[in-house]
Amino acid sequence: MRPGEAPLAPRECDFSRPAIEVRGLSNVFGAQVVHADLDLTVQRGEIVGVVGGSGSGKSVLMRAILGLRRPQAGSVRVFGIDALSDREADRLAIERQTGVLFQGGALFSSLTVLENIMLPMKEHHGLPDDLVHALAWMKMRLAGLPGNAVDKLPSQLSGGMKKRAGLARALALDPPLLFLDEPTAGLDPIGAAAFDDLILKLQRALGLTVFLITHDLDTLYAICDRVAVLADRRVVACAPIREVERFPHPWVQDYFHGPRGRAARREA
Amino acid sequence: MSETPQLREDPESPGRWVAGGDWTLPHAARLEALAGDAGVRDARAVDARSIERLDASGAMLLWRLARNAGIDDDGRLQLRDDHAPLFAAVQGVCHNPPRRDAKDYGVRAMLARVGWTVEDNAREIIALVAFGGAALLTALKIGWNPRRWRITATVAHMETVGLDAVPLVLLLSFLVGAVVAFLGSEVLAAFGAEIFVVELIGISFLREFGVLLTAVLLAGRTASAFTAQIGAMQSGEEIDAIRTLGLDPMELLVLPRVVALVLMLPLLTFLAMMAGIAGGMAVGATMLGISPEMFVARLHETVEARHFFVGMAKAPVFALIIALIGCLEGMQVQGTAQSVGERTTSSVVQTISLVILVDAFAALWFMEMGW
Repeated sequence: MRPGEAPLAPRECDFSRPAIEVRGLSNVFGAQVVHADLDLTVQRGEIVGVVGGSGSGKSVLMRAILGLRRPQAGSVRVFGIDALSDREADRLAIERQTGVLFQGGALFSSLTVLENIMLPMKEHHGLPDDLVHALAWMKMRLAGLPGNAVDKLPSQLSGGMKKRAGLARALALDPPLLFLDEPTAGLDPIGAAAFDDLILKLQRALGLTVFLITHDLDTLYAICDRVAVLADRRVVACAPIREVERFPHPWVQDYFHGPRGRAARREA
Repeated sequence: MSETPQLREDPESPGRWVAGGDWTLPHAARLEALAGDAGVRDARAVDARSIERLDASGAMLLWRLARNAGIDDDGRLQLRDDHAPLFAAVQGVCHNPPRRDAKDYGVRAMLARVGWTVEDNAREIIALVAFGGAALLTALKIGWNPRRWRITATVAHMETVGLDAVPLVLLLSFLVGAVVAFLGSEVLAAFGAEIFVVELIGISFLREFGVLLTAVLLAGRTASAFTAQIGAMQSGEEIDAIRTLGLDPMELLVLPRVVALVLMLPLLTFLAMMAGIAGGMAVGATMLGISPEMFVARLHETVEARHFFVGMAKAPVFALIIALIGCLEGMQVQGTAQSVGERTTSSVVQTISLVILVDAFAALWFMEMGW
């Protein structure tokens, strides 16, 4: 919203409802069926890890929940609001309740790190510049970026810093629901472990609900309350990881009991 | 509806303030005003236990309020248990925000920008000369070895920069020829000398307009394409891949483009000259009563061949300028999409300015030489 413009009131969210409710979702690309009759519920305040082979539609599911893609069938509700609704007020409400960290960070390349974080606050709430500046600084530090990152452009940041900056921007509007698309992909093991810690710390402190797409078994064991497995075009299992690893689906068995899975489980 | 945040002094115990409602980002402007309130600065205790919802932004403003009153770390700020971790996390990171530097729009900033720009331009000129030298060196190195000439790539570029540009060059030159003939005849008619339109068109197109129009068109059409092609490869690390495979980007990417343009620009220039003269001829025949036969006959009598050679001699030079700047700017792209855009703009601006600049000096020089 720009100053002086009448604010369009977003719909009120019902925080007693689950954060995400997906029912009967179908996504089809041409002849390729990615999801058929997929159900998934994410409760408020939990970290749900979404795993699945390449091409199993993890990112498509996230895009459908965020309303970036219209599914062929099914319903999606975010805090009780219909995410597929065309009404401006519904869209606005969901946009303010969700923060997204895209895989490459998706930072605006022409803005500095701090300006990236300030942008959504300025646009949505029309707050005074000094206040936005102080809030953005706090978000930046909360995401674990050093103070000297303020004036840097995204092209001057390392991969791990980009992810942190992307996370800070995702937190700009203080959303209760956070989507993370492969947050630890491309990070070295130490950086990945530190990022896992950061997610967990923020989730505890800010009371976030986290929808986390990952390939990283260590992340699943370290921070996820429940793990949802995408296979055969739907969610075949959604439970705490100790239960999921005993699930008799062949993909699940290969994934958790392959060499990497065994190593991660031993450590955890 | 979300609760507006409140902050009021406890009537029963002065100095004790009670905060309530939603302390969240949408209310941040109001919260900042509350935290800066004069009365709160003297607060001896703040009870924040009746705050309904608290987010990170609200926690920061609550911390500011407590700090202003000097009670942020001695337990006189009371929080709900479930808000305590958030407040602790935020409290740890909002110290010492950097000062916001206002952008300087004054004389000093202007002088600094002028300085930077001059230095930038100087660097560009040095880079261009160095790049031209490197290209020449590569050309000499592979000149002895015809197997390393990239014939296929060169011919492909000749098609896109030369053949595909023919309709555009013909059309625009024809139109400019017609306009020049028309405007010239307006002036010349005052002296009853409309027939001199033939010399006007002949000399101007052979000597200047043919080559200049073509070069400016190709600067816009081809230099930008070269920059964008090589720039996209640069940002996708393709140029680095070429180097690590033991190949030379200069030989693979730059030379074929330079050679193609140096061969095609003179040919296009010739077409532009003919099209311009045809434009003049068309206006002469339809509006000035100069028949095509008369036009051609007079062209033969009065316009010497040296004008044609002067014009043609400039074509390969312009081709070199366009191709080298286009490729050099592409090589200088750095990573981002914005950089590709900036470099493409810069390559078009540089080529057009440099072509016109060189043309102006060449005109002086040829005139002094009496050619």
